[in-house]
Amino acid sequence: MSDIHSLPIASRRSGIHVPRAVRGWVVPAGLLLLWWAAFHFGWSTSSLLVSPAAVWQRAVRYAASGELLTALGASLWRNLAGFAIGAGAGLVFGAALAFSRLFERAVGPSFHTLKQISLFAWIPLISVWFGLGDAAKVAFLSLAAFFPVVLNTFEGIRSVPREFIEVARVLRFSRLQMLSRVVLPSASPSIFAGIHLALIYAWLATLGAEYLLVAGQGIGNTMIDGRERFEMDLVIFGVIVVGLVGFTLNWVATQFERRLLAWRGHSVAQF
Amino acid sequence: MSTPSADLPFVLAAERTSGRAATWSWHSGWQRLRPRLAGWPFPLGVLLLWYLGARFEWIAPQVLPSPAAVGATLVDLFGTGEIWGHLRISLFRVFAGFALGLVSGGVLGVAMGLSPTFKDYVYPLFKAFSQIPVLGWLPLLMLLVGIDEALKIILIAKAALVPVALNTLKGIEGVPTRHIEVARVLRFTRWQLLTKVVFPSAFAPIWNGVRYGFTHAWLALVVVELLASSEGIGFLIVYGRQLFQLDVVLAAVVVVGGVGFALDRILALIETRLTRWRRAGF
Repeated sequence: MSDIHSLPIASRRSGIHVPRAVRGWVVPAGLLLLWWAAFHFGWSTSSLLVSPAAVWQRAVRYAASGELLTALGASLWRNLAGFAIGAGAGLVFGAALAFSRLFERAVGPSFHTLKQISLFAWIPLISVWFGLGDAAKVAFLSLAAFFPVVLNTFEGIRSVPREFIEVARVLRFSRLQMLSRVVLPSASPSIFAGIHLALIYAWLATLGAEYLLVAGQGIGNTMIDGRERFEMDLVIFGVIVVGLVGFTLNWVATQFERRLLAWRGHSVAQF
Repeated sequence: MSTPSADLPFVLAAERTSGRAATWSWHSGWQRLRPRLAGWPFPLGVLLLWYLGARFEWIAPQVLPSPAAVGATLVDLFGTGEIWGHLRISLFRVFAGFALGLVSGGVLGVAMGLSPTFKDYVYPLFKAFSQIPVLGWLPLLMLLVGIDEALKIILIAKAALVPVALNTLKGIEGVPTRHIEVARVLRFTRWQLLTKVVFPSAFAPIWNGVRYGFTHAWLALVVVELLASSEGIGFLIVYGRQLFQLDVVLAAVVVVGGVGFALDRILALIETRLTRWRRAGF
């Protein structure tokens, strides 16, 4: 990875030496300092300029009152429910597309056409069909998780090397053996990549659903409320929470992949 | 016992061309004669069901208008020219935002890819930044810049920036060591190394990032127009929804899908053009 850097592409003028482990903290710390200074020295009189301390206090209050738990719990529950339904359906549908030529021919083109429609364009239709409550949100989230899983499952199964199948055929594998010993191991990196993508899309869609289908609780609603009341501290806190959840979901998915694909020697999907 | 090929629970892509794929004769005959037609019965069946559902009022038109109504609205939107104004503003937003994201993401990715020191400083923050979904920034940005064009363009730019920067970085880091070694043996200058080795080799992942970036930009455009706009194709959807004119909603959804598809095709065409040029260059 770093071989390229041994070449004189980027010149190395050695000034002050900053240890590598510290370097990543320099820019965020500088920005934080700038933010604090902007507030402390009163560079702007806008009421939108809140101090880092105010955000922290808001965070503590919000967490202590249990509001955070309620909002986050509601969002995460919907997120995972929608993800599970969408990814499950996507696995079945993707496998069916990959295994059955007839199914692929008959339904594939329709699927690829529907895929072109921007995800969020479905929301107004879903709101008419399912209302504004949890059912509509979960339906939308499943749709968000469905597409990447279908595509990657299909790709993964279709790109099982032919030689593998031939060997299995020579060995007279049964269908179950073929599936569990040849197809799934070979297709798993792609399938996991799809599931990983679905998790990320589902989180994006969770926020979108909460903004667009306003009824109910959730971290997105918290942020929208904060914006409407011009409470910058609440909004910034919301952004941080959303980022942390995204980070955690990503991390969990990466760990899962690493664990399950450990036999391959390296993890394929990186996001 | 049948032949091994029939034993196979599925038909592989590799066998598509070999012609012995299917075991059902009507199936294989159908495939050989009309491979392209097989995709039609399903959507036509759905359309028929939809038509019948509307015709016999199984479904209320407020919930699902008839396909004829949607078609008529679509024709009307194009006929009166109403759609063009919305499309023009949407396309302007998406291209302006995408261009901004492409340039800043490209610069960031190249800088991080070429300078390990820069990467050490910036990458962790960039990574944290990219963990927050586009929509997470929306309320914050609304407070900071209002709900005008700036909001839309910044949000679309952010959506495009992350995949472009990330894939550019990975592409440059993934340049094979052997290529670099050859360049070193040939005593390439820095400029030669960049233009003859690094960028041609990193082209595919970078272009991938560009395409992802565009997909994300289009997604961001629709959602930001749904949330905060008074014109544009996304607004048309919201407008139809508010008036309970589902035919307008569906027609606009069709347009969104069609335009997204067309733009994706254009990027694919540019890709073939660019890679052809790249091969000719060698």
